[in-house]
Amino acid sequence: MNAAEIDRVLDRLAAEVAARARAEDGEKGLAIIGIRRGGVHLAGRLRARLAKLVGATPPVGTIDIALYRDDLDEKGAAPVVGPTDVRFPVDGKTIVLVDDVLYTGRTVRAALDELVDFGRPRRVWLLVLVDRGGRELPIAADFVGARIAVEPQDDVQVRLTEAGAPEDAVIVTRRPS
Amino acid sequence: MIGRHKHCLGLADYTREEITEVLDLAVSMKEVLQRPIKKVPSLRGKSVVNLFFEASTRTRSSFEVAAKVLSADALNWTASASSVSKGETLIDTVRNLEAMRPDVIVIRHSAGGAPALVASRVGCAVISAGDGAHEHPSQGLLDCFTLREKLGTLDGKAVAIVGDITHSRVARSDIYGLRTLGAKVRVCGPPTMIPPGIEALGATVHHELREAVAGVDAVIMLRIQHERIGDPLIPSTREYSRLWGLNARKAAEWLTPSCLVMHPGPINRGVELEPDVADGVRSVILDQVENGVAVRMALLYLLAGGPEAAGEAKASART
Repeated sequence: MNAAEIDRVLDRLAAEVAARARAEDGEKGLAIIGIRRGGVHLAGRLRARLAKLVGATPPVGTIDIALYRDDLDEKGAAPVVGPTDVRFPVDGKTIVLVDDVLYTGRTVRAALDELVDFGRPRRVWLLVLVDRGGRELPIAADFVGARIAVEPQDDVQVRLTEAGAPEDAVIVTRRPS
Repeated sequence: MIGRHKHCLGLADYTREEITEVLDLAVSMKEVLQRPIKKVPSLRGKSVVNLFFEASTRTRSSFEVAAKVLSADALNWTASASSVSKGETLIDTVRNLEAMRPDVIVIRHSAGGAPALVASRVGCAVISAGDGAHEHPSQGLLDCFTLREKLGTLDGKAVAIVGDITHSRVARSDIYGLRTLGAKVRVCGPPTMIPPGIEALGATVHHELREAVAGVDAVIMLRIQHERIGDPLIPSTREYSRLWGLNARKAAEWLTPSCLVMHPGPINRGVELEPDVADGVRSVILDQVENGVAVRMALLYLLAGGPEAAGEAKASART
């Protein structure tokens, strides 16, 4: 995906979220949480779009899942813990959880566990820019930018200008198996 | 692992990067403590043994809370209630404890070097919670954390440590930590309580409180232990508090307006610190307690995680 395509996909995703929020009476309680690090900038872009569509700027937060990982014993060193920043009460909110790439589902599992430690949201929707398949847990996204069929050894990267990329792009690196 | 270290026995051989790694992580840990549900699952299934051969409430509780917030199981083993009073040696005690497969042993002992000895004999990670007059690294780290949080950086800042420097493991860990992070350190106290050669650690010595605290960014007041009073080291508490204690009048006249006052606790009110300063606007003593939990969470997280900590018996005895 190139920059223009990413832009269009985000427009569509924001419209879908707004339409569903309207249909299910979640417009007022809408809030966005980006999963570090890939979901944070996407959450910011989504927020700007949703602000125009629903008339109010939804609060935005960040979750770092390092303390909720299930593979502490498998990594060489303890994973780096980044900041989690959720300053609004999540109770009763409709939370749009945002990540760049959905793969095994383990990150989303950890993010959900962390999210419910902040309170009891009314509901949680999962929004991802890319779904590459390969789930290891029963997790599905509510809003998907694009589905890409890749091999397990392939690498899918979302590069955004906010993170220092020269231009927005989704890049798939094929590796020989 | 913290940089090269499998254990945390003292700050003397910790580099700036290693100390900074702990302090940066403690920032995230402090955020966890401010959540409605103060619990994260990262050390689920890990166990932490608090092995205390000396009385301690603050430090032991702080490690215990830190372990529990990270979902580790904490076991408290105190000397008076254990077989130590029946004559068991330190090494026998820890070998028996190790058979229960802890991931981290937190140890406080009256003999300097006891945690290092334990670390050389067990496979799990060891954290010193204070040994003799040697070091109290987690206190040193939390003091650095508190100062960095309040001052932004320690580079070029000046900190005065006042009290019984000779018998203080807190002073030693503070000096190492603060110096490594770029602060200038002054020590002050009665001449009988300043160890010869302390300048070698990078601290300057002052015997007048007024001179020691002039222009500093923070003052760390150490506790004067009751057992030292009446001892030839100080003739009386009155004399000590008159010459080296801090009260509101001295604070107002001698300290800069923004100078912070710290104390590792427990405070002897009226000896080293008057209540009007301990509870005053400069005091960050209760911040220190809160930050202590965050810093100890960071230590436990870094040392209990990873496959190496998961019971590699007799691993390299690197500290």
